[in-house]
Amino acid sequence: MSAQVDSMPIAWLRRVGSMSLFFVQVCARSVASFTKPGLIVRQIYNAGARSLVIVMLSGLFVGMVLGLLGFDTLQRFGSEDSLGVLAALGMLKVLGPVLTALLFAGRAGTSLTSEIGLMKSTDQLTAMQMMAVDPLRHVIAPRFLGGIIAMPLLAATFSVIGLFGAQLIGVQQMGVDAGAFWSQTQNAVDLRDVTEGIVKSLVFGVACSLIAVYEGYHSEPTPEGVGLATTRTVVTSSVMVLLLNYLLTAAFLTKS
Amino acid sequence: MLSFAAFPAPGRRARLSDFPSKDANPSPAPAGDAVIEVRDAHYSIGGRKIFDGLDITARRGRITAFMGPSGTGKTTLLRLITGQSTAERGSVKAWGQEVSRMSSPELFALRRRMGMLFQNGALLTDEDVYENVAFPLRAHTKLPESLVRQLVLTKLQAVGLRGAARLMPSELSGGMARRVALARAIVMDPELLIYDEPFVGLDPISMGVICRLIKQLNDALGITSIVVSHDVQELSSIADDSFLLSGGRVVAKGTPAELHKSDLAEVRQFMEGLADGPVPFHYPAPDLARDLLGEEA
Repeated sequence: MSAQVDSMPIAWLRRVGSMSLFFVQVCARSVASFTKPGLIVRQIYNAGARSLVIVMLSGLFVGMVLGLLGFDTLQRFGSEDSLGVLAALGMLKVLGPVLTALLFAGRAGTSLTSEIGLMKSTDQLTAMQMMAVDPLRHVIAPRFLGGIIAMPLLAATFSVIGLFGAQLIGVQQMGVDAGAFWSQTQNAVDLRDVTEGIVKSLVFGVACSLIAVYEGYHSEPTPEGVGLATTRTVVTSSVMVLLLNYLLTAAFLTKS
Repeated sequence: MLSFAAFPAPGRRARLSDFPSKDANPSPAPAGDAVIEVRDAHYSIGGRKIFDGLDITARRGRITAFMGPSGTGKTTLLRLITGQSTAERGSVKAWGQEVSRMSSPELFALRRRMGMLFQNGALLTDEDVYENVAFPLRAHTKLPESLVRQLVLTKLQAVGLRGAARLMPSELSGGMARRVALARAIVMDPELLIYDEPFVGLDPISMGVICRLIKQLNDALGITSIVVSHDVQELSSIADDSFLLSGGRVVAKGTPAELHKSDLAEVRQFMEGLADGPVPFHYPAPDLARDLLGEEA
């Protein structure tokens, strides 16, 4: 038991080291994989377009809940006209990037891990090596880049749909003035808020994509191994997204 | 019907009459230089010794068979030859170069001279048959699409699957998948073809087809072939040289006919498929009576 506890930090450190090394290797191959943009576009479609429905639906419902709760709270202070500001800043700075990243990890991340894990267990990656083709360059780098590019686009979609959902509840149902809703939103949201959302979604995109491809590439080539790797992808990505969200929020607040 | 009429062998055009029929008694290929040389190789996995001073040679232009019971390290030997693993001691040379000392680019250059057929085919599941065969060409050359198409269709014709070019791997039978993988393995015209358990799980017809393809490809393209299998019957009909592996060493070598005549107990058990012998039927266990009575060993 003691040995197990002792080895946990070492195993964790080894894992962080291995993932960092993998990150450097993938980044080095990513430059070369731009010479075959078709592979990257295909992965943007797989990670992005195929996640669009779940992201849009989630964004709508989250926005609607935000509209309901925001209206309920703000009307106590007689400032329900500020609902648009609350919804826009909440969506852009936190809810959009964070929830999209969690959805991305659950939908696209697991798909990436299991796909790469299955390619490994069916010798497809070894076959590539035997054909003198580097799987890191041909399989991993395009998927990694596809995830990074898809994430901010998905987060932007989530925020826009979420704002629409908040407007639907606040303006259409609760009777908040539409002019006040949109004009206050326009006045309160500036470029720095949008930048914060974009930076966060990019960082989350790097983290989630890296974890997904790393877990797939290093999974045990068995059905159980691929299953475990997929689970690790969701758990590690979720924790990393929440941790990074705290660090980035603190960094942006300090900067302002 | 297997046909190589359209098969572009380097330096000459192959004709169907060039190939011996399955029933004909093929004359042994002339001995040549060593393509693969393994000397005194030692290798273990998780403390378990797999090779304990292994010596083998695969010579140019010949079909060399590595045989042995399951778990004797036949596939591991292929990993050593292709540089996927490194021997703890001893030497593994390909075309005279020490594989373990090669850098990554050198290994990739070495592998471009090899083609490998995996036990399960290892086809890319998200690409159709045509794209699978075209994959090495697209990765390594900048040939115009018309030439890629010609090469791919020619290789598919050679394995009898030109008509299946647009099928997905999931739509292929085990034998078909292996033939597609074979077409992919030869599309870059390798000098050495490695087959890892090519007959496993195949029906007799598919097995015969694969067996004949191995022989015909070897003779038509003038390449060297290494076949790892435990299918004695099929290997005997095509192999020029055979090595029987057991206990981490080569226990017998020679032509399949010589192995059949051997008096060694290990060889006889393997060649005749005897259940018990040097490789015991029972996994080591305590006394049966004591075990049944529930007594602790």
